[in-house]
Amino acid sequence: MRTVMYSLCMTTLTKVQVLHIAKLARLKLSDEEVEKMSKELTSILGYIDQLGGVNTDGIEPTAQVTGITSRLREDTVIPSDASPDALLECSPLPITSHQISTPHAHG
Amino acid sequence: MSLFSLTIGEAHKKLKAKEVTSEELTRACIERIEAVDATLNAVVHRNFDRALEEAKKVDAIGNFSSPLAGIPYLAKDVFSETGTATTACSNVLRNKDYISPFDSTTTKRLKSAGAISIGKTNTDEFTMGASTETSCFDVTKNPWDLTRVAGGSSGGSAAAVASDECIFALGTDTGGSIRQPAAYCSVVGVRPTYGRTSRYGVLSMASSLDTIGPMAKTVEDAALILEAIAGHDRMDGTTSEKPVEPYAKNLSKDLKGVCIGIAKEFMIDGMDPEIQKNLEEAKKVLVSLGATLKEISLPHTKYALATYYVLCPSEVSSNMARYDGIRFGHSPSLAPELMRGLTLNGHYENVRGEGFGPEVKRRIMIGTYALSSGYYDAYYLKAQKVRTLIKKDFEDAYTQVDLVISPVTPTPAFTIGAHSDDPVAMYLEDAFMDGAVMAGIPALSVPSGFAKNGLPIGLQIMGPQWGEEMMFRAAYAYEQATEWKAQKPLLS
Repeated sequence: MRTVMYSLCMTTLTKVQVLHIAKLARLKLSDEEVEKMSKELTSILGYIDQLGGVNTDGIEPTAQVTGITSRLREDTVIPSDASPDALLECSPLPITSHQISTPHAHG
Repeated sequence: MSLFSLTIGEAHKKLKAKEVTSEELTRACIERIEAVDATLNAVVHRNFDRALEEAKKVDAIGNFSSPLAGIPYLAKDVFSETGTATTACSNVLRNKDYISPFDSTTTKRLKSAGAISIGKTNTDEFTMGASTETSCFDVTKNPWDLTRVAGGSSGGSAAAVASDECIFALGTDTGGSIRQPAAYCSVVGVRPTYGRTSRYGVLSMASSLDTIGPMAKTVEDAALILEAIAGHDRMDGTTSEKPVEPYAKNLSKDLKGVCIGIAKEFMIDGMDPEIQKNLEEAKKVLVSLGATLKEISLPHTKYALATYYVLCPSEVSSNMARYDGIRFGHSPSLAPELMRGLTLNGHYENVRGEGFGPEVKRRIMIGTYALSSGYYDAYYLKAQKVRTLIKKDFEDAYTQVDLVISPVTPTPAFTIGAHSDDPVAMYLEDAFMDGAVMAGIPALSVPSGFAKNGLPIGLQIMGPQWGEEMMFRAAYAYEQATEWKAQKPLLS
Protein backbone atom coordinates (compact mmCIF):
# COMPACT_ATOMS: atom_id res chain seq x y z
CA MET A 1 0.00 0.00 0.00
CA ARG A 2 1.28 3.45 -0.91
CA THR A 3 1.63 5.42 2.26
CA VAL A 4 2.98 8.63 0.79
CA MET A 5 1.09 10.65 -1.80
CA TYR A 6 2.81 13.15 -4.05
CA SER A 7 1.17 16.18 -5.53
CA LEU A 8 2.21 16.60 -9.15
CA CYS A 9 0.89 20.09 -9.73
CA MET A 10 2.88 21.51 -6.83
CA THR A 11 6.00 19.42 -7.35
CA THR A 12 7.50 20.45 -4.08
CA LEU A 13 9.03 17.55 -2.25
CA THR A 14 8.64 17.45 1.50
CA LYS A 15 11.14 15.77 3.78
CA VAL A 16 8.72 12.86 4.28
CA GLN A 17 8.53 12.37 0.51
CA VAL A 18 12.31 12.61 0.21
CA LEU A 19 12.69 9.87 2.83
CA HIS A 20 10.17 7.69 1.02
CA ILE A 21 11.99 8.04 -2.33
CA ALA A 22 15.32 7.38 -0.59
CA LYS A 23 13.88 4.18 0.78
CA LEU A 24 12.74 3.08 -2.69
CA ALA A 25 16.22 3.92 -4.02
CA ARG A 26 18.01 2.10 -1.14
CA LEU A 27 19.88 5.23 -0.13
CA LYS A 28 20.64 6.13 3.46
CA LEU A 29 20.54 9.92 3.79
CA SER A 30 21.63 12.02 6.76
CA ASP A 31 19.19 14.58 8.25
CA GLU A 32 21.25 17.29 6.62
CA GLU A 33 21.05 15.56 3.23
CA VAL A 34 17.27 15.15 3.53
CA GLU A 35 16.92 18.87 4.27
CA LYS A 36 19.12 19.86 1.32
CA MET A 37 17.60 17.29 -1.05
CA SER A 38 14.09 18.58 -0.37
CA LYS A 39 15.07 22.06 -1.59
CA GLU A 40 17.24 20.91 -4.50
CA LEU A 41 14.81 18.34 -5.86
CA THR A 42 11.99 20.87 -5.69
CA SER A 43 14.08 23.28 -7.71
CA ILE A 44 15.02 20.63 -10.32
CA LEU A 45 11.41 19.42 -10.62
CA GLY A 46 10.35 23.05 -11.01
CA TYR A 47 12.64 23.29 -14.02
CA ILE A 48 11.44 19.99 -15.48
CA ASP A 49 7.78 21.03 -15.11
CA GLN A 50 8.04 23.14 -18.28
CA LEU A 51 7.61 19.91 -20.26
CA GLY A 52 3.99 19.89 -19.12
CA GLY A 53 3.40 22.84 -21.47
CA VAL A 54 4.52 20.97 -24.62
CA ASN A 55 1.73 19.60 -26.79
CA THR A 56 2.53 15.93 -27.35
CA ASP A 57 -0.93 14.77 -28.46
CA GLY A 58 -0.57 11.91 -30.92
CA ILE A 59 3.24 11.86 -30.61
CA GLU A 60 4.91 8.49 -30.21
CA PRO A 61 7.60 8.22 -27.53
CA THR A 62 11.21 7.62 -28.66
CA ALA A 63 13.12 5.03 -26.67
CA GLN A 64 15.75 4.08 -29.27
CA VAL A 65 16.81 7.12 -31.20
CA THR A 66 18.35 5.50 -34.32
CA GLY A 67 15.47 3.11 -34.86
CA ILE A 68 17.41 -0.12 -34.29
CA THR A 69 15.07 -2.78 -32.94
CA SER A 70 15.85 -5.98 -31.08
CA ARG A 71 18.16 -8.18 -33.08
CA LEU A 72 18.72 -11.90 -32.90
CA ARG A 73 21.99 -13.75 -33.21
CA GLU A 74 23.00 -17.38 -33.48
CA ASP A 75 22.55 -19.21 -30.19
CA THR A 76 26.20 -20.11 -29.85
CA VAL A 77 28.44 -19.98 -26.80
CA ILE A 78 30.80 -17.00 -26.82
CA PRO A 79 33.73 -17.45 -24.44
CA SER A 80 33.83 -14.70 -21.82
CA ASP A 81 36.97 -12.62 -21.29
CA ALA A 82 36.58 -12.78 -17.54
CA SER A 83 36.80 -16.02 -15.57
CA PRO A 84 34.25 -16.72 -12.79
CA ASP A 85 37.01 -16.44 -10.19
CA ALA A 86 38.17 -13.10 -11.57
CA LEU A 87 34.60 -11.81 -11.27
CA LEU A 88 34.27 -13.11 -7.70
CA GLU A 89 37.56 -11.42 -6.87
CA CYS A 90 35.84 -8.04 -7.43
CA SER A 91 33.49 -8.56 -4.48
CA PRO A 92 34.27 -6.80 -1.21
CA LEU A 93 32.40 -9.52 0.72
CA PRO A 94 33.77 -12.87 1.93
CA ILE A 95 33.81 -15.68 -0.66
CA THR A 96 32.99 -19.21 0.46
CA SER A 97 32.87 -22.14 -1.95
CA HIS A 98 32.72 -19.81 -4.97
CA GLN A 99 29.80 -17.90 -3.49
CA ILE A 100 29.61 -14.39 -2.06
CA SER A 101 28.47 -14.35 1.58
CA THR A 102 25.93 -11.56 1.80
CA PRO A 103 23.96 -10.25 4.77
CA HIS A 104 20.64 -12.09 5.18
CA ALA A 105 17.46 -10.60 3.81
CA HIS A 106 15.92 -10.48 7.30
CA GLY A 107 19.09 -9.83 9.31
CA MET B 1 59.27 20.32 -30.55
CA SER B 2 58.86 17.92 -27.63
CA LEU B 3 57.68 14.41 -28.40
CA PHE B 4 54.62 14.79 -26.16
CA SER B 5 53.40 17.74 -28.26
CA LEU B 6 53.05 15.64 -31.39
CA THR B 7 49.72 14.90 -33.04
CA ILE B 8 48.84 11.36 -34.06
CA GLY B 9 49.69 12.17 -37.67
CA GLU B 10 53.11 13.60 -36.77
CA ALA B 11 53.98 10.84 -34.30
CA HIS B 12 52.91 8.16 -36.78
CA LYS B 13 55.32 9.50 -39.42
CA LYS B 14 58.21 9.48 -36.96
CA LEU B 15 57.40 5.99 -35.70
CA LYS B 16 57.14 4.63 -39.21
CA ALA B 17 60.43 6.25 -40.26
CA LYS B 18 62.02 4.78 -37.07
CA GLU B 19 62.97 8.30 -35.96
CA VAL B 20 61.42 7.60 -32.56
CA THR B 21 60.25 4.49 -30.75
CA SER B 22 56.90 3.99 -29.08
CA GLU B 23 58.80 3.56 -25.81
CA GLU B 24 60.37 7.03 -26.20
CA LEU B 25 57.02 8.57 -27.07
CA THR B 26 55.28 6.84 -24.17
CA ARG B 27 58.05 7.83 -21.77
CA ALA B 28 57.78 11.45 -22.95
CA CYS B 29 54.06 11.52 -22.10
CA ILE B 30 54.69 9.85 -18.74
CA GLU B 31 57.34 12.43 -17.90
CA ARG B 32 54.98 15.19 -18.97
CA ILE B 33 52.29 13.82 -16.62
CA GLU B 34 54.84 13.68 -13.81
CA ALA B 35 55.84 17.28 -14.52
CA VAL B 36 52.44 18.97 -14.80
CA ASP B 37 49.75 16.78 -13.30
CA ALA B 38 50.38 17.77 -9.70
CA THR B 39 49.08 21.16 -10.87
CA LEU B 40 46.23 19.98 -13.12
CA ASN B 41 44.94 16.77 -11.50
CA ALA B 42 43.81 15.31 -14.81
CA VAL B 43 45.15 11.75 -14.41
CA VAL B 44 43.70 9.61 -11.61
CA HIS B 45 45.12 6.14 -12.35
CA ARG B 46 48.64 5.75 -13.71
CA ASN B 47 49.49 2.48 -15.45
CA PHE B 48 52.96 3.52 -16.54
CA ASP B 49 54.95 0.29 -16.11
CA ARG B 50 52.37 -1.65 -18.02
CA ALA B 51 52.31 1.04 -20.75
CA LEU B 52 56.09 0.93 -21.18
CA GLU B 53 55.98 -2.86 -21.47
CA GLU B 54 53.29 -2.61 -24.15
CA ALA B 55 55.27 0.07 -26.00
CA LYS B 56 58.36 -2.14 -26.01
CA LYS B 57 56.29 -4.98 -27.47
CA VAL B 58 54.96 -2.72 -30.24
CA ASP B 59 58.53 -1.54 -30.97
CA ALA B 60 59.76 -5.13 -31.11
CA ILE B 61 57.07 -6.10 -33.60
CA GLY B 62 57.88 -2.94 -35.55
CA ASN B 63 54.62 -2.87 -37.53
CA PHE B 64 53.44 0.73 -37.74
CA SER B 65 50.98 0.30 -40.59
CA SER B 66 48.07 1.33 -38.32
CA PRO B 67 48.05 5.10 -37.69
CA LEU B 68 47.54 4.45 -33.96
CA ALA B 69 50.31 1.87 -33.52
CA GLY B 70 52.63 2.88 -30.71
CA ILE B 71 50.63 6.02 -29.85
CA PRO B 72 50.10 6.63 -26.10
CA TYR B 73 46.63 7.68 -24.91
CA LEU B 74 44.60 8.22 -21.76
CA ALA B 75 41.06 6.90 -21.18
CA LYS B 76 38.41 8.46 -18.97
CA ASP B 77 38.04 6.56 -15.68
CA VAL B 78 34.94 4.68 -16.91
CA PHE B 79 36.61 2.44 -19.50
CA SER B 80 37.19 -1.13 -18.32
CA GLU B 81 40.60 -2.49 -19.14
CA THR B 82 41.71 -5.86 -17.82
CA GLY B 83 43.88 -5.53 -14.74
CA THR B 84 43.46 -1.77 -14.29
CA ALA B 85 41.52 0.23 -11.72
CA THR B 86 38.25 1.64 -13.08
CA THR B 87 36.53 3.72 -10.42
CA ALA B 88 34.32 6.29 -12.23
CA CYS B 89 35.92 8.67 -9.71
CA SER B 90 33.40 7.41 -7.15
CA ASN B 91 33.95 6.30 -3.57
CA VAL B 92 31.50 3.48 -4.25
CA LEU B 93 34.21 1.79 -6.34
CA ARG B 94 37.23 3.17 -4.52
CA ASN B 95 37.20 1.59 -1.07
CA LYS B 96 38.50 -1.52 -2.71
CA ASP B 97 39.44 -0.26 -6.18
CA TYR B 98 37.43 -2.04 -8.81
CA ILE B 99 39.96 -3.84 -11.01
CA SER B 100 38.28 -4.63 -14.34
CA PRO B 101 38.38 -8.33 -15.23
CA PHE B 102 37.65 -7.60 -18.91
CA ASP B 103 38.17 -4.98 -21.64
CA SER B 104 35.75 -2.46 -23.06
CA THR B 105 35.27 -2.88 -26.81
CA THR B 106 36.80 0.56 -27.38
CA THR B 107 40.04 -0.07 -25.49
CA LYS B 108 40.22 -3.55 -27.00
CA ARG B 109 40.00 -2.08 -30.51
CA LEU B 110 42.64 0.52 -29.67
CA LYS B 111 44.89 -2.20 -28.31
CA SER B 112 44.56 -4.24 -31.45
CA ALA B 113 45.45 -1.10 -33.44
CA GLY B 114 48.62 -0.91 -31.32
CA ALA B 115 47.74 2.16 -29.22
CA ILE B 116 49.32 2.34 -25.74
CA SER B 117 47.02 2.97 -22.77
CA ILE B 118 48.93 4.90 -20.10
CA GLY B 119 46.22 5.64 -17.52
CA LYS B 120 42.76 6.91 -16.64
CA THR B 121 41.56 10.48 -16.46
CA ASN B 122 39.44 12.42 -14.01
CA THR B 123 35.68 12.70 -14.47
CA ASP B 124 32.69 13.83 -12.52
CA GLU B 125 31.45 10.92 -10.42
CA PHE B 126 29.97 8.36 -12.86
CA THR B 127 30.20 11.16 -15.49
CA MET B 128 27.46 13.17 -13.71
CA GLY B 129 28.49 16.80 -13.89
CA ALA B 130 29.90 19.56 -16.05
CA SER B 131 33.11 20.43 -14.19
CA THR B 132 34.79 17.31 -12.62
CA GLU B 133 33.92 18.92 -9.28
CA THR B 134 31.88 15.85 -8.28
CA SER B 135 34.93 13.53 -8.67
CA CYS B 136 36.07 11.80 -5.48
CA PHE B 137 39.62 12.67 -6.61
CA ASP B 138 38.92 16.44 -6.56
CA VAL B 139 38.59 18.89 -9.44
CA THR B 140 40.73 19.03 -12.61
CA LYS B 141 42.08 22.52 -13.24
CA ASN B 142 41.85 24.24 -16.59
CA PRO B 143 45.35 24.41 -18.14
CA TRP B 144 44.51 27.88 -19.53
CA ASP B 145 43.56 29.30 -16.12
CA LEU B 146 44.13 27.24 -13.00
CA THR B 147 41.31 29.01 -11.11
CA ARG B 148 38.78 27.69 -13.65
CA VAL B 149 37.25 24.28 -14.27
CA ALA B 150 38.40 22.19 -17.22
CA GLY B 151 34.73 21.34 -17.81
CA GLY B 152 33.13 17.97 -17.50
CA SER B 153 32.46 15.36 -17.21
CA SER B 154 35.42 14.39 -19.46
CA GLY B 155 37.44 17.27 -17.96
CA GLY B 156 40.47 15.12 -17.17
CA SER B 157 40.73 13.92 -20.77
CA ALA B 158 40.32 17.47 -22.16
CA ALA B 159 42.92 18.98 -19.82
CA ALA B 160 45.31 16.08 -20.50
CA VAL B 161 45.10 16.55 -24.28
CA ALA B 162 45.40 20.35 -24.02
CA SER B 163 48.49 20.07 -21.82
CA ASP B 164 50.14 17.30 -23.89
CA GLU B 165 49.99 14.64 -21.18
CA CYS B 166 49.04 12.20 -23.94
CA ILE B 167 48.74 12.20 -27.73
CA PHE B 168 44.98 11.66 -27.51
CA ALA B 169 42.28 10.68 -25.03
CA LEU B 170 38.91 8.97 -24.81
CA GLY B 171 35.80 10.57 -23.36
CA THR B 172 32.11 9.84 -23.03
CA ASP B 173 29.30 12.22 -23.95
CA THR B 174 25.82 11.74 -22.52
CA GLY B 175 24.66 15.38 -22.29
CA GLY B 176 27.73 17.25 -23.58
CA SER B 177 30.50 15.65 -21.55
CA ILE B 178 32.98 15.49 -24.44
CA ARG B 179 32.10 18.73 -26.24
CA GLN B 180 31.94 21.14 -23.28
CA PRO B 181 35.35 20.28 -21.77
CA ALA B 182 36.83 20.22 -25.30
CA ALA B 183 35.57 23.80 -25.78
CA TYR B 184 36.82 24.89 -22.34
CA CYS B 185 40.32 23.48 -22.99
CA SER B 186 40.71 24.20 -26.76
CA VAL B 187 40.84 20.63 -28.04
CA VAL B 188 38.72 18.73 -30.56
CA GLY B 189 35.97 16.60 -28.99
CA VAL B 190 33.54 14.38 -30.88
CA ARG B 191 30.20 12.92 -29.86
CA PRO B 192 29.40 10.37 -32.60
CA THR B 193 25.91 9.27 -33.66
CA TYR B 194 24.32 7.18 -30.91
CA GLY B 195 25.31 3.58 -31.63
CA ARG B 196 28.28 4.46 -33.87
CA THR B 197 30.63 3.41 -31.04
CA SER B 198 30.14 0.50 -28.66
CA ARG B 199 29.27 1.15 -25.02
CA TYR B 200 30.33 -2.35 -23.95
CA GLY B 201 32.62 -2.26 -20.94
CA VAL B 202 32.10 1.45 -20.27
CA LEU B 203 30.41 2.19 -16.95
CA SER B 204 26.90 3.30 -17.92
CA MET B 205 25.19 6.50 -16.91
CA ALA B 206 22.11 6.86 -19.17
CA SER B 207 22.06 3.94 -21.59
CA SER B 208 19.81 5.48 -24.27
CA LEU B 209 22.00 8.61 -24.42
CA ASP B 210 25.60 7.51 -23.64
CA THR B 211 28.19 7.72 -26.43
CA ILE B 212 31.94 7.08 -26.59
CA GLY B 213 34.16 9.47 -28.51
CA PRO B 214 37.63 10.87 -29.16
CA MET B 215 39.32 13.95 -27.68
CA ALA B 216 42.27 15.06 -29.77
CA LYS B 217 44.67 17.82 -30.74
CA THR B 218 43.40 18.06 -34.34
CA VAL B 219 40.32 17.18 -36.36
CA GLU B 220 42.35 14.70 -38.42
CA ASP B 221 43.45 12.90 -35.23
CA ALA B 222 39.84 12.73 -34.00
CA ALA B 223 38.79 11.28 -37.37
CA LEU B 224 41.52 8.63 -37.18
CA ILE B 225 40.52 7.62 -33.65
CA LEU B 226 36.82 7.38 -34.49
CA GLU B 227 37.62 5.20 -37.50
CA ALA B 228 39.50 2.82 -35.22
CA ILE B 229 36.85 2.56 -32.50
CA ALA B 230 33.57 2.86 -34.45
CA GLY B 231 31.49 0.06 -35.87
CA HIS B 232 29.15 -2.77 -34.99
CA ASP B 233 29.83 -4.74 -31.82
CA ARG B 234 27.94 -7.90 -31.00
CA MET B 235 28.30 -7.00 -27.30
CA ASP B 236 26.23 -3.80 -27.75
CA GLY B 237 22.91 -4.33 -29.52
CA THR B 238 22.47 -0.60 -30.12
CA THR B 239 25.54 -0.38 -32.39
CA SER B 240 24.84 -0.05 -36.11
CA GLU B 241 25.99 -2.40 -38.84
CA LYS B 242 26.49 0.54 -41.23
CA PRO B 243 30.07 0.53 -42.53
CA VAL B 244 32.47 3.06 -40.98
CA GLU B 245 33.57 5.64 -43.54
CA PRO B 246 37.24 6.59 -44.02
CA TYR B 247 36.72 9.93 -42.25
CA ALA B 248 40.38 11.00 -42.23
CA LYS B 249 40.91 10.25 -45.92
CA ASN B 250 37.86 12.28 -46.92
CA LEU B 251 38.79 15.50 -45.12
CA SER B 252 38.92 18.43 -47.50
CA LYS B 253 39.87 22.04 -47.32
CA ASP B 254 36.86 23.66 -48.94
CA LEU B 255 33.16 23.59 -48.33
CA LYS B 256 31.79 24.40 -51.77
CA GLY B 257 28.11 23.57 -51.98
CA VAL B 258 27.76 22.85 -48.26
CA CYS B 259 24.75 24.52 -46.63
CA ILE B 260 25.07 25.27 -42.92
CA GLY B 261 22.07 26.01 -40.71
CA ILE B 262 21.98 28.51 -37.88
CA ALA B 263 19.07 28.00 -35.51
CA LYS B 264 17.55 31.16 -34.09
CA GLU B 265 16.65 29.23 -30.92
CA PHE B 266 20.33 29.03 -29.98
CA MET B 267 20.53 32.81 -29.67
CA ILE B 268 19.46 32.86 -26.04
CA ASP B 269 19.37 35.62 -23.44
CA GLY B 270 22.33 35.49 -21.14
CA MET B 271 24.77 34.40 -23.81
CA ASP B 272 28.17 35.99 -23.35
CA PRO B 273 28.62 38.72 -26.07
CA GLU B 274 32.10 37.35 -26.77
CA ILE B 275 30.61 33.94 -27.55
CA GLN B 276 28.10 35.61 -29.87
CA LYS B 277 30.88 37.52 -31.63
CA ASN B 278 32.95 34.35 -31.91
CA LEU B 279 30.09 32.60 -33.70
CA GLU B 280 29.72 35.52 -36.12
CA GLU B 281 33.43 35.27 -36.95
CA ALA B 282 33.20 31.51 -37.45
CA LYS B 283 30.29 32.05 -39.85
CA LYS B 284 32.48 34.40 -41.95
CA VAL B 285 35.27 31.80 -42.11
CA LEU B 286 32.84 29.08 -43.20
CA VAL B 287 31.40 31.34 -45.92
CA SER B 288 34.92 32.17 -47.13
CA LEU B 289 35.48 28.41 -47.53
CA GLY B 290 32.51 28.14 -49.87
CA ALA B 291 29.68 27.25 -47.48
CA THR B 292 26.31 28.96 -47.61
CA LEU B 293 24.40 29.85 -44.45
CA LYS B 294 20.69 29.48 -43.83
CA GLU B 295 18.57 30.44 -40.86
CA ILE B 296 16.56 27.49 -39.59
CA SER B 297 14.22 26.83 -36.71
CA LEU B 298 14.46 24.05 -34.14
CA PRO B 299 11.39 25.03 -32.10
CA HIS B 300 11.59 22.26 -29.50
CA THR B 301 15.30 22.48 -28.70
CA LYS B 302 14.51 24.82 -25.82
CA TYR B 303 12.97 21.79 -24.10
CA ALA B 304 16.01 19.57 -24.68
CA LEU B 305 17.59 20.31 -21.32
CA ALA B 306 14.41 19.64 -19.34
CA THR B 307 13.90 16.44 -21.36
CA TYR B 308 17.46 15.44 -20.56
CA TYR B 309 16.92 16.00 -16.85
CA VAL B 310 14.01 13.56 -16.85
CA LEU B 311 15.48 10.84 -19.09
CA CYS B 312 19.01 10.93 -17.72
CA PRO B 313 18.20 10.66 -13.98
CA SER B 314 15.57 7.99 -14.70
CA GLU B 315 18.13 5.84 -16.48
CA VAL B 316 20.71 6.71 -13.81
CA SER B 317 18.44 5.44 -11.05
CA SER B 318 18.21 2.15 -12.90
CA ASN B 319 21.90 1.86 -13.87
CA MET B 320 23.18 2.78 -10.41
CA ALA B 321 21.18 -0.06 -8.84
CA ARG B 322 24.09 -2.43 -9.56
CA TYR B 323 26.33 -0.60 -7.07
CA ASP B 324 25.04 -2.43 -4.05
CA GLY B 325 28.28 -3.59 -2.42
CA ILE B 326 27.77 -7.24 -3.34
CA ARG B 327 29.61 -8.00 -6.57
CA PHE B 328 32.02 -5.07 -6.51
CA GLY B 329 32.92 -1.85 -4.85
CA HIS B 330 32.56 -0.19 -1.52
CA SER B 331 31.50 -2.16 1.52
CA PRO B 332 31.39 -0.56 4.94
CA SER B 333 30.16 -3.76 6.60
CA LEU B 334 33.05 -6.13 6.15
CA ALA B 335 33.63 -6.98 9.78
CA PRO B 336 31.63 -10.07 10.88
CA GLU B 337 30.36 -8.29 14.00
CA LEU B 338 28.93 -5.54 11.77
CA MET B 339 27.36 -8.07 9.44
CA ARG B 340 25.47 -9.71 12.32
CA GLY B 341 21.91 -8.50 12.43
CA LEU B 342 22.35 -6.39 9.30
CA THR B 343 19.63 -6.90 6.71
CA LEU B 344 20.39 -6.99 3.03
CA ASN B 345 18.47 -3.75 2.52
CA GLY B 346 20.43 -2.20 5.37
CA HIS B 347 23.64 -3.24 3.64
CA TYR B 348 22.53 -1.65 0.36
CA GLU B 349 21.53 1.57 2.11
CA ASN B 350 24.84 1.80 3.95
CA VAL B 351 26.95 1.08 0.88
CA ARG B 352 25.08 3.51 -1.33
CA GLY B 353 24.63 6.20 1.31
CA GLU B 354 28.36 6.22 2.04
CA GLY B 355 29.65 5.48 -1.46
CA PHE B 356 27.73 7.90 -3.66
CA GLY B 357 28.36 11.64 -3.72
CA PRO B 358 25.68 14.36 -3.74
CA GLU B 359 25.13 14.65 -7.51
CA VAL B 360 24.72 10.90 -8.01
CA LYS B 361 22.29 10.81 -5.09
CA ARG B 362 20.32 13.73 -6.54
CA ARG B 363 19.95 12.00 -9.90
CA ILE B 364 19.02 8.66 -8.35
CA MET B 365 16.35 10.45 -6.30
CA ILE B 366 14.92 12.42 -9.26
CA GLY B 367 14.91 9.27 -11.40
CA THR B 368 13.31 7.12 -8.71
CA TYR B 369 10.61 9.76 -8.27
CA ALA B 370 10.02 10.17 -12.03
CA LEU B 371 9.73 6.42 -12.56
CA SER B 372 7.61 5.69 -9.51
CA SER B 373 4.09 4.39 -9.98
CA GLY B 374 1.70 7.13 -10.99
CA TYR B 375 4.42 9.50 -12.20
CA TYR B 376 5.89 7.55 -15.09
CA ASP B 377 3.44 8.98 -17.68
CA ALA B 378 3.84 12.57 -16.50
CA TYR B 379 7.64 12.49 -16.52
CA TYR B 380 9.40 9.67 -18.37
CA LEU B 381 6.80 9.02 -21.05
CA LYS B 382 6.22 12.75 -21.56
CA ALA B 383 9.97 13.33 -21.93
CA GLN B 384 10.23 10.48 -24.45
CA LYS B 385 7.49 12.14 -26.51
CA VAL B 386 9.25 15.51 -26.38
CA ARG B 387 12.41 13.66 -27.48
CA THR B 388 10.47 12.60 -30.62
CA LEU B 389 9.60 16.26 -31.31
CA ILE B 390 13.21 17.41 -30.88
CA LYS B 391 14.45 14.62 -33.14
CA LYS B 392 11.85 15.60 -35.76
CA ASP B 393 12.98 19.24 -35.64
CA PHE B 394 16.49 18.14 -36.61
CA GLU B 395 15.21 15.73 -39.29
CA ASP B 396 13.23 18.59 -40.83
CA ALA B 397 16.25 20.89 -40.63
CA TYR B 398 18.48 18.39 -42.41
CA THR B 399 16.13 18.37 -45.40
CA GLN B 400 17.19 22.00 -45.93
CA VAL B 401 20.81 22.08 -44.68
CA ASP B 402 23.82 19.73 -44.48
CA LEU B 403 25.07 20.77 -41.05
CA VAL B 404 23.99 22.94 -38.12
CA ILE B 405 26.37 25.11 -36.09
CA SER B 406 26.08 26.80 -32.71
CA PRO B 407 28.30 27.80 -29.81
CA VAL B 408 29.21 24.84 -27.54
CA THR B 409 28.50 26.72 -24.31
CA PRO B 410 26.91 30.10 -23.42
CA THR B 411 30.11 31.23 -21.62
CA PRO B 412 33.79 30.19 -21.44
CA ALA B 413 35.04 28.04 -18.52
CA PHE B 414 33.61 29.11 -15.17
CA THR B 415 35.46 29.57 -11.90
CA ILE B 416 35.88 26.51 -9.67
CA GLY B 417 33.01 26.46 -7.16
CA ALA B 418 30.86 28.98 -9.06
CA HIS B 419 27.88 26.62 -9.49
CA SER B 420 28.45 24.29 -6.56
CA ASP B 421 25.34 25.39 -4.65
CA ASP B 422 23.00 25.51 -7.62
CA PRO B 423 22.45 22.25 -9.53
CA VAL B 424 20.12 23.90 -12.07
CA ALA B 425 22.75 26.53 -12.97
CA MET B 426 25.23 23.69 -13.52
CA TYR B 427 22.71 21.84 -15.71
CA LEU B 428 22.25 24.98 -17.88
CA GLU B 429 25.87 24.53 -19.01
CA ASP B 430 24.55 21.82 -21.33
CA ALA B 431 21.80 23.93 -22.94
CA PHE B 432 23.30 24.05 -26.47
CA MET B 433 24.39 20.44 -26.45
CA ASP B 434 21.30 18.48 -25.44
CA GLY B 435 19.48 18.95 -28.76
CA ALA B 436 22.04 16.70 -30.46
CA VAL B 437 21.73 14.23 -27.58
CA MET B 438 17.97 13.94 -27.97
CA ALA B 439 18.21 13.65 -31.76
CA GLY B 440 20.97 11.02 -31.55
CA ILE B 441 23.03 13.00 -34.07
CA PRO B 442 26.81 13.46 -34.20
CA ALA B 443 28.22 16.75 -32.92
CA LEU B 444 31.72 18.00 -32.30
CA SER B 445 33.52 20.88 -30.67
CA VAL B 446 36.39 22.48 -32.57
CA PRO B 447 38.54 25.29 -31.11
CA SER B 448 37.26 28.64 -32.42
CA GLY B 449 39.32 31.23 -30.59
CA PHE B 450 39.77 32.89 -27.24
CA ALA B 451 37.89 35.39 -25.11
CA LYS B 452 39.66 38.62 -24.06
CA ASN B 453 40.66 37.00 -20.78
CA GLY B 454 42.47 34.23 -22.67
CA LEU B 455 39.89 31.49 -22.13
CA PRO B 456 39.19 29.15 -25.06
CA ILE B 457 35.91 29.08 -26.99
CA GLY B 458 34.54 26.20 -29.08
CA LEU B 459 32.37 25.97 -32.17
CA GLN B 460 29.79 23.18 -32.28
CA ILE B 461 29.17 21.46 -35.63
CA MET B 462 26.25 19.02 -35.80
CA GLY B 463 25.53 16.56 -38.61
CA PRO B 464 22.55 14.34 -39.35
CA GLN B 465 22.54 10.79 -37.93
CA TRP B 466 25.52 8.87 -39.43
CA GLY B 467 26.72 12.14 -40.99
CA GLU B 468 30.14 12.12 -39.31
CA GLU B 469 32.00 12.40 -42.60
CA MET B 470 30.52 15.80 -43.58
CA MET B 471 30.86 17.03 -39.99
CA PHE B 472 34.58 16.18 -39.96
CA ARG B 473 35.07 17.80 -43.36
CA ALA B 474 33.60 21.10 -42.19
CA ALA B 475 35.55 21.02 -38.92
CA TYR B 476 38.79 20.27 -40.78
CA ALA B 477 38.26 23.04 -43.33
CA TYR B 478 37.51 25.50 -40.50
CA GLU B 479 40.53 24.33 -38.47
CA GLN B 480 42.87 24.65 -41.46
CA ALA B 481 41.60 28.17 -42.16
CA THR B 482 42.20 29.33 -38.57
CA GLU B 483 45.20 29.26 -36.28
CA TRP B 484 43.62 28.24 -32.97
CA LYS B 485 45.05 24.73 -32.77
CA ALA B 486 48.60 26.12 -32.77
CA GLN B 487 48.00 27.85 -29.43
CA LYS B 488 48.98 25.97 -26.30
CA PRO B 489 48.47 26.78 -22.63
CA LEU B 490 51.55 27.95 -20.75
CA LEU B 491 52.45 25.39 -18.11
CA SER B 492 55.70 25.27 -16.25
